[in-house]
Amino acid sequence: MSVKKFVVGCFDDEKTLFPAVKNTRKAGYKIHDLYTPFPVHGLDHAMGLRETSLHTAGFIYAITGTTTALSFMGWVFTKDWPLNIGGKPNFPLPAFIPIIFELTVLFAAVGMVLTFCYLCQLAPFVKKDHFHLRATDDLFVMPLEVTDKTNVEEVKAFLKNAGAVEVFEKEAETGWWIGRYDKDRKIFEKEEKTVIA
Amino acid sequence: MALKEQFEIPGGLKKWSLALMGIGVLTLILGVVYLHPFSGGHGEGHGEEAYGATKFWMALMQNGIFWLLVTAASFFFVSVTTLAQGGWQLSFRRVPEAISGGINVLGPIVLVILLAYVWVSDDHNIYHWKDVEHVKHDEKLSWKSGFLNPTFYTVLSVASVGLWIFFRNWYRKNSLAEDLAPKGETKHYWKSLAIAAAFLVTYGLTVMSTLPWMWLMSIDAHWFSTMYSWYTFASSWVAGISLMMLFVVYLKNLGYLEYVTEEHIHDIGKFMFAFSVFWTYLWFSQYMLIWYSNQPEETEYFIDRIGAGGKGGPFKAIFLLNLIINFLAPLLILMRRGAKRNYTIVTIMAVVIIFGHWLDFYQMVTPGPLKKLGQASNSLSYFLYSLGVGLGFLGLVLWLAGRYLTKAPLLPKNHPLVKESVIHHT
Repeated sequence: MSVKKFVVGCFDDEKTLFPAVKNTRKAGYKIHDLYTPFPVHGLDHAMGLRETSLHTAGFIYAITGTTTALSFMGWVFTKDWPLNIGGKPNFPLPAFIPIIFELTVLFAAVGMVLTFCYLCQLAPFVKKDHFHLRATDDLFVMPLEVTDKTNVEEVKAFLKNAGAVEVFEKEAETGWWIGRYDKDRKIFEKEEKTVIA
Repeated sequence: MALKEQFEIPGGLKKWSLALMGIGVLTLILGVVYLHPFSGGHGEGHGEEAYGATKFWMALMQNGIFWLLVTAASFFFVSVTTLAQGGWQLSFRRVPEAISGGINVLGPIVLVILLAYVWVSDDHNIYHWKDVEHVKHDEKLSWKSGFLNPTFYTVLSVASVGLWIFFRNWYRKNSLAEDLAPKGETKHYWKSLAIAAAFLVTYGLTVMSTLPWMWLMSIDAHWFSTMYSWYTFASSWVAGISLMMLFVVYLKNLGYLEYVTEEHIHDIGKFMFAFSVFWTYLWFSQYMLIWYSNQPEETEYFIDRIGAGGKGGPFKAIFLLNLIINFLAPLLILMRRGAKRNYTIVTIMAVVIIFGHWLDFYQMVTPGPLKKLGQASNSLSYFLYSLGVGLGFLGLVLWLAGRYLTKAPLLPKNHPLVKESVIHHT
């Protein structure tokens, strides 16, 4: 677990969000992430995120599925337990293709879902810090990472100037952890220190 | 910025399409000279010469039907996106609209070819069912004769092509009237939805079900496959999308279609990719069921092509090539996002796919009528002859599409969803 200090700016409109993201990057501040109530088209480009490698992972899972199906069925029906089914050859490729296809899809789908959950740090019983609860409702939340040397007041003024409707400082856990909010004293203590500007 | 929205045919397109048509006409003249299409020829003589008339009509039918279905597929694209109330296609919708204008000319040409073969020609190697004497003592064909007979053939063909032409021109008229209507008016928009819906019903009942059974499957009259029409549709549909892609890229390179961006190219590329896989799905479904149940009256179709029992059939190479360029090539080359956004790759793949599906039609049509020739049924000379006729039809399609493109602005600017296409983003 690593706890970092953030200055959080909240926006209530996409129209102010996009120029704000652009100006923040230009000013050199480090955007931790953006939390939006719904998927916003083009935000990934605005934030300068690289293309995801999820589809490459998907392709690798898919060919793993293809190979698994083909080699397993091939081994079973030629080496391990050859059966004569309707006089067909022991390695009947056309009959294997539906199963090869299904296993390809299955491996790709399950693999990609799990990879996606890992990349987004989503899993049952796992906790992540919220920067603002209204990010799930009607606010676009942009936390900026700051250090002890940063002039926090300047950052706050900058965000206000960029059109944020709410600006505050917050120390938050950046990663995920297994646990409960009410038992995890450390996080709770930090919660109380939060200063609402 | 003023939009370049009025297309003028550049000299290159005119020259190329006329040259292609010239090749077609020249090939046909050679065909008339060497194949003797009207000199009887029941295929009862000796050797390949006896099949001259068969080859002459076969090449015309294969290419005519292929290119007609490709132009019809263009209008299917227009209709299906209209009925789905899609907006993204509007920045280039005039392109498939123009390509589908080819139906107006190709439709009558194909009807003349088909009806001339059915009513005028003495040859019946292509359609065995038109030989009345033979059908009388052929149990299966006499059972099918309620569907496969010259009268019903004529009625269904003329009605289908007539309805396509009717709906296509009605849609086009409505689309052009919309350009002149005041901005913000939606009457034409709702009307276009109704026309598209009516056309899709017609299209579903013709190309997607009955017509390919009659036009193409009845070449192997004893054989049957309920999937055949879907399969034919998938073939013409993916070729139609590829032709549309070629025109969009071509116009884009000439500086037209300013509102078409990489996003639109990407989406057409997705269609090319997805429907190549869809075609393979149907190809495989048809093949596997027949291979698995292994019934002589069904496997006959594939034995004519790839042979059986370790003996290769005359079309084995073409059959496998067909799978490679229509499935493996699009699957592997168009899979990546970057490939679908690359003008060079999509252009090359569009050409490959169109040729691939032309080849698919070639191997659907040729083996049946020339069955008795055995290995000689797949000769290079006939392949080149058919290719020549096909290039002639291609020239006609390109020329007609160019002509129709000049007749209207390239952007349907009063369409209520046009902005969706301008800001399209995937």
